Parts: sequence; C-alpha cells; structure tokens
Amino acid sequence: MTPLLEVRDLRVTFPGTGNEVSPVDGVTFSIDAGETLALVGESGSGKTLTSLALVRLVPLPGRIAAGSSIRFGGTDLLALGPGALRQVRGRRIGMVFQDPMTSLNPVLTVGDQISETIRAHFPVSRAEARGRSEALLLEVGLGDTAGRYDTYPHQLSGGMRQRVMLAIALAAEPELLVADEPTSALDVTIQAQILALLDQLKSSRRMSVLLISHNLGVVAGRSDRVAVMYAGRIVEEAPTDRLFAAPAHPYTQGLLASLPRLRGPRRPLKAIPGMVPRPEAWPPGCRFHPRCAQVMPQCTSEPPIVAPGEGRWSRCWLGAEGA
Amino acid sequence: MPEPLLEVTNLAKHYPARGVFRRQPAVRAVDGVSFHVERGETLALVGESGSGKSSLARTILRLEEATGGVVRFEGQDVLGLDPRPLRALRRRMQIVFQDPSGALNPRMTVGDAVAEGIEIHRLLPTAEIPARVSGLLQEVGLTPEMAAVYPHELSGGQRQRVGIARALAVGPSFLVLDEPVSALDVSVQAQVLNLLLDLQRTRGLAYLFIAHDLAVVRQVAHRVAVLYLGQIVESGPTEEVLTHPRHPYTQALIASAPEPDPTVPVARLVLPGEPPDPSRPPSGCRFNPRCGHPARDARCLEESPPLRPLGPSTVACHHASMEAAEGVR
Repeated sequence: MTPLLEVRDLRVTFPGTGNEVSPVDGVTFSIDAGETLALVGESGSGKTLTSLALVRLVPLPGRIAAGSSIRFGGTDLLALGPGALRQVRGRRIGMVFQDPMTSLNPVLTVGDQISETIRAHFPVSRAEARGRSEALLLEVGLGDTAGRYDTYPHQLSGGMRQRVMLAIALAAEPELLVADEPTSALDVTIQAQILALLDQLKSSRRMSVLLISHNLGVVAGRSDRVAVMYAGRIVEEAPTDRLFAAPAHPYTQGLLASLPRLRGPRRPLKAIPGMVPRPEAWPPGCRFHPRCAQVMPQCTSEPPIVAPGEGRWSRCWLGAEGA
Repeated sequence: MPEPLLEVTNLAKHYPARGVFRRQPAVRAVDGVSFHVERGETLALVGESGSGKSSLARTILRLEEATGGVVRFEGQDVLGLDPRPLRALRRRMQIVFQDPSGALNPRMTVGDAVAEGIEIHRLLPTAEIPARVSGLLQEVGLTPEMAAVYPHELSGGQRQRVGIARALAVGPSFLVLDEPVSALDVSVQAQVLNLLLDLQRTRGLAYLFIAHDLAVVRQVAHRVAVLYLGQIVESGPTEEVLTHPRHPYTQALIASAPEPDPTVPVARLVLPGEPPDPSRPPSGCRFNPRCGHPARDARCLEESPPLRPLGPSTVACHHASMEAAEGVR
C-alpha cells in the first residue's frame, strides 16, 4: 500500500552569513491512511519547519532544497503549481497551530470564518455553508450556545479558539490533519479537553494526523508511531509503545530520563548536559555526540541507520555492525 | 515552636473595577489565602491561569500592595513596613521569573546584572565584587568568563541560571520561583530543577515554587497547595496530595496531566468547562459549576466550604472524605 504522505530527504535551507544552513536536513518519514505519527523534539529541532514544508509554507528566505521529495496521495507536492497546491493545502491537508489568535481573523465572526473555508473549497450557497458551519461548531463542542456562530475570536477563551481552529481545519474534510503544538498554550484541564476532542475527531473522521509536540506526555497515549527529531534530523522512529518501553537512541533515552513524572517511584532527574546546538554550529557526524553519555570515537563520522525490525530504526553507531 | 520563616494569613488582593463606568465588579485575584513556609522548605503553589498564583507571589514580595491580610517574614510584618526597612527586607526575599529574557536588561552584561543587587545594597567593597560575581556564576553552573557576555548571547537555560545568580547575589533565605522552568526545553528543565535542589541543600533556602506542572512539583516540593479562583482548595504533603487527592479539582488536575507512558490510560477524567471570570465567582463553592463529585448538592451552591483537616491534608470541600480518592495510580 502506498502511504498517504511520503517525505524523503527533506531539506530546508536558509542563506547564512557564510554557508547556507539547513535547519531541516534530510528528514524522511511516511504516514499511512488513518494513522497518527508524532513528531517530537525540543525547540530548534526543526519539527515546525518540517510541518510548514509539507504544505510549502516555509518562511522566506528559506526554501526547500532540490532533491527533497514530498508525495501526498501519490501526487508530488513540490511539483504543483499555485492552483493545484490550493487543492491540497487547507483542503486535503488541514492545519492547526499552537496559537489560534494569530491564525484567526479578529474582525470576522468565527462562523463566517468557517463558512468562508467551506465556500473556498466547495460550490455551496451561503445558507448551505452556514448550516455546515453550525454542524461543525457542534462537532467541536461549541454548539451549546445559540449565537456562537456570530461571536468574534476575542470573545472566546484560548480553548474555545482552538476548537474553532479545528472546525476550520475540518471544514474542508481533510485526509491529513497537521497539528503543531495544538495544546501547548493551554491550561492542563483545557489541554485534556482539546486532546480528548482531537482523539474523538480522529476516529470519527478516520483522518491521518501528524501530531507535533515537545511534550512526550501528549503524544504517548495518542500516536501509533513516534519520530524523534534532534538538530534537523530524525534520530529515531518506532511504534509508540516500543519507543517508550525501550528507546534505542541515546537522545531519546536522555529525554525520557530527564522528564519528571507523576507516577512510579520518585527518582532524581538525569539531565542531558549542554544544550541543543544551533544549525550553524552542528557538530560533525552524529549531532548529539557532544552531549551523549555513550559517545565513542566513531561518533564524529556520519552514523549508520540501524533497523532492528519491529518497524523501528535509529541513527546511531550503537548497535551498528562492528561498533 | 519557633515561628515559620514565612507566614501568610488571610491574604487578599483585589483589583479595582475596570472601565469608565466601573460596571465590572472588582477582580478578587487572591481571596483569603493562608499558608506558611518553613526554613529550607519548598511549598509549591499549583494552579491554572486565573488562579491568582502570580498575584499572590507579587503581593507577598510587595511588588503589589495587598488589599488585606498579614504577611510575616523572619518575624517582620511585611505589609506594614516603611520603604527603608522594606528595602532591607528585599535582600532576604527574592524572586526568579518564568521568562528569564524579560527579567534581564538586554544592555547589561551578565556580570553587571549579577552585581547590581550587591551594589544597590552596598554589600561589598567595589573591588571585591568581581570575585563574588565569578563565584556566583560558578555556583549556578556557568563559567566566570560569562560575566562579559550579554543576555542575547545566552540560551534560555543559561539566562535562567543568570536570573538565579542575580537572586542569590544579595544573600536571601527565601526565593519565590514563578514558573522557573516552564519556558525551558525538557532536557534543560531537568538541569535547572537539579540546580535548584542543590542550592536549597547547600544554602538552606526556602522556596515558594509556583507551577502548573504537577510532575515538576513532585520533583521539588515538600508540600503543595492547590489554588482555584484565588483560594486554596487543598494543601498537604506532596506525595499525600498526589496519591490521595481529596478535592475534586485536585483529582481533575492529576487526571488531566499527560503522562509520558503509553501504558497509562489517557483522559480518565476530563473536567468540563473553563474557570469562571474571577470578577464574578460562583456562589457557594467556587468550583461547583465544574464539579463532578457524585454527592454535589444544594449546599455546594450556597455555602462556601471552609478548609478542614482530612488526614494529613487540608481540604475545602463539603463532600471530601477519606475514601474515594482518585489520584496517581
């Protein structure tokens, strides 16, 4: 079966002071229909830029480098002209971001913004679009008050605005939802509500989801697979339960050991020393090696991809032949 | 029994009505809060936005003036102090903010930022200040050479270390830590939490640790107090509150916290609705519109529940009991 989304060797470059820098540097992953892939990483890992590249929204002066490939439902997205791209972006691929206030138009009612999206993608009358919008508001849990259609974004709380963003993303009936830190700006009880809603929509609409988060707790219970990004690359990918039970890459191991937990015995946190390097200062070979507890002499050269089966792989000299 | 380091009694902070015609009622951000902090101890204040946790911290330090109540610190009546003794007191109680970049002057070097408090309080002869600054930077895990750099050249974690060094420079016994690791990446968050634990041990510091992340709180706090709409709804020893939460709100907070473990079932208890407007708190128990307690009744709508002891904890709920605690499993 062809995956719904297939990303190969994605590289996003920006002109630097000397050489070009590539904050996304050779990212490869795929998502099947109905599947949820979590893309996890700290700030500067390149996870958000990866998601923007999927819909060709890389901010200038950045660009997607030659040799990158993004195929969606068999179509080469990088070869599409503006008109054809619009048939995919916002239509077959929906998006929600961390801060809904910057994505919503402050002078349009939330209902009109949903209707506008519907009418941009489907040939329906105003009345029909309004009807569909009201149904969407109900679906995202905003249907309890009459007149919700006519409220403005500033009249809503952060959690409600994120529900509106979901309604707008769903208005075009996408096959893939890209959710970039959808709950990071919300309080924990509101986060739980939005995540529950996301879970429910995912199964009722059988969408694929690319869930991008820095929070391993958010992805743990709601993804089929997890890809861990560090310094512009995926360093490990595995089925979610395998990744948490037996992380293979020392960075993933370090992240899990540094997390405070609510359950289980209380233990001292093992911090990862140092910090995430900037793209202009990425070390040679494995980019994690200066911070790695298991560093070896060969780590300064390009690490091999080790795939022990079970649908998992990692980019590390550990476990490589002859290491 | 000796007096606690910090004792807060019935503290209130109300913000006046907004708008030209003052049609909005006053916001009761902090509304009758009492607690204490012992020397060398960490008390965590947990709450979501609008719970009043940051107003509470600022009021204790007199960065804002209280509306009512008493704050005693090292035997002094903080709220009644005149400016001069208040300045002296500020040496003993310091604050570290969430966003270290907002708290540092971008045009001041790290060294000058750390030295500022020492100079203001005239704690050392000028010639001895650079050596002290070097020592402080090393104590927080930075190198003495960093004294010469500007905040924008530092990472978020390093800036937070500078914020801590700055607070330590004047020799406090008590630090308010206002979401000190919330803006940091996880790998760096652990570094800063470990640093705070080390400093508490070596310097005997007491912390008021303001946070929304219960897993972080579990790592650092001896006791925890949960705030909802300007009032404490539950407090007690950290492990007790986390394993046997008695208040329905505490139970919901624990159930909502995403756990990095796929074997833990998700969202067992999702709290409906959002916290109400603090200028119009619900009558009776402030939590009642969102409460899912099976025994919720007319009394909850009419009568504000007082804090009462329940085992090792203190709980403000009419129906809380020693049984039926859904906590960390």
